[in-house]
Amino acid sequence: MKQLWLTAKLDIVESLRARWFQIYTLVFGGIVALLFVFGLTESRVLGFIGLSRLLVTYIQLTMAILPIFVLITTVRSVAGDREAGVFEYLLSLPVSLAAWFWGKIVGRYIVIFTPVFLAMLGATLWATIQDIEVPWGMFGYYTALLAVMAMCFLGIGMLISAIARSTDMAQGAAFMVWLALLLFLDLILLGVMIQGKVAPEVAITLALANPLQVFRTAALALFDPQLIVLGPSAFVILDLFGATGYKVFALVYPAVLGVVSATIGYVLFRRGDLP
Amino acid sequence: MIQFSQLAKTFRRVRVLDGIDLDIGLGERVALIGSNGAGKTTLIRCLLGEYTHDGTVLIGGLDPRSNRTAVLGNIGFVPQLPPPLKMPVGQLIDFSASLCGTDPARIHGIARRLGLDVDAILTRQFVRLSGGMKQKLLIAIALGREAKLLIMDEPAANLDPEARKIFFDLLAERLEDATMIISSHRLDEVSALVNRVIEMDMGKIVLDDKVADDVALTARLACRIFLKRFEPAFAKALDGWNFTSRDADRVWEGEIAGPDRLRFLGIVSRYTALVGDLSLSERAA
Repeated sequence: MKQLWLTAKLDIVESLRARWFQIYTLVFGGIVALLFVFGLTESRVLGFIGLSRLLVTYIQLTMAILPIFVLITTVRSVAGDREAGVFEYLLSLPVSLAAWFWGKIVGRYIVIFTPVFLAMLGATLWATIQDIEVPWGMFGYYTALLAVMAMCFLGIGMLISAIARSTDMAQGAAFMVWLALLLFLDLILLGVMIQGKVAPEVAITLALANPLQVFRTAALALFDPQLIVLGPSAFVILDLFGATGYKVFALVYPAVLGVVSATIGYVLFRRGDLP
Repeated sequence: MIQFSQLAKTFRRVRVLDGIDLDIGLGERVALIGSNGAGKTTLIRCLLGEYTHDGTVLIGGLDPRSNRTAVLGNIGFVPQLPPPLKMPVGQLIDFSASLCGTDPARIHGIARRLGLDVDAILTRQFVRLSGGMKQKLLIAIALGREAKLLIMDEPAANLDPEARKIFFDLLAERLEDATMIISSHRLDEVSALVNRVIEMDMGKIVLDDKVADDVALTARLACRIFLKRFEPAFAKALDGWNFTSRDADRVWEGEIAGPDRLRFLGIVSRYTALVGDLSLSERAA
């Protein structure tokens, strides 16, 4: 356990000094600041006003940015470290491979989740000071959703890093994964269904298997519990899970996907050549 | 202490190590030499448990891959190319010391002996240090613990003559209780440090020889050179070895470490025509 925390701490310190982390923090802090500056808390869309409107917008933007950011930076730093000889030296020290791999994940998880969460927390605190009502239930669920989203894409990123033998390959693979998930978002699936090329059951299964889509639907479910905007597929989802069931599924499935991906990555990592 | 048995490693159908059989005992100082691509680095990585391979590698009867913590806890490693670590020097020392169960003060002490002012660079990123400073720090980390096996890839390449002297002294302090494997492209760089030479070529051992072990690591040689005429380039080279001059820069005197004699003579050989007289005499350690 000591080795794991030492490795996690090492990764945190390395990340804090990296440029990607500064940009990452700036992006999410900047989004919240801009949303306040442009008076989003004053606007009223679909009946949403105040901080809930800001949180809805924030989570939608985060879903667009966080996955690709996490995937690319994770594979770049892990595969890059391997290529540059960092692994050769640090893995010559008496640290177990499990502590090294999972320690890196823990450290990176803290680094990627903290700025996203702090930006949202900052918005909430500011709203409290400004006497804007804070929807705590929504804040709690979105926090969990962000935590799970970070876990999911970090796990996938670590799996890609374990498979790819060069930074270029790893980056290319990460981008392709993100693109594939993006292509199977609801609008594209809907288009395919309209053309009658895919059975509705297949389209819905694909949507439920796609973590990006799962997050989008879960975020929608908070302000549209009947998922009216999804059309007929909402019936399937709600019949299958129920409103609360789906919210739980949206947290459990991506978390499991992230952990399973990371575990496969670990098995491949310890089986292969380390540097 | 170390046993390689039918060790083989293949990268994309290219056989980099080809059935290595080798035993290295406690207290041996082995020069691992060979040209680029001979298989030295791959052999070292197998020894460190970093590569999967065919055949077996045992250190103290244990497989380094499946007993990483136990085996690597007894190995001090200095890589040829310092890793581009962004962490501060202080954190690297603390991280290594914590994993190896040693006191960071011990690493600080060895770094200071090598002429590295650790306190002044504790917060500086490792990657921002000069080549010599990185090398000194990695040597300090490798030697600042109870390592029974020292694996060093061109360890003295970036050190100045004064630091090399101290480095040889540090190695001499470990002669009784440690095995050393020193990898180099050139035998003359490491010949005086070792008592066994293993040469590799195309993934095989092509030479395994014991060598005369008469050069004490702590030996010092008093050197005096008389120049026929002053030559600024040679003067600069001698200045780098901390030599002092007199008689209008015609006579140069200084002290070199015993294991450095071949390297020193190699430098002098470039200016042979200028040398009117040269004497080297061994002093008691």
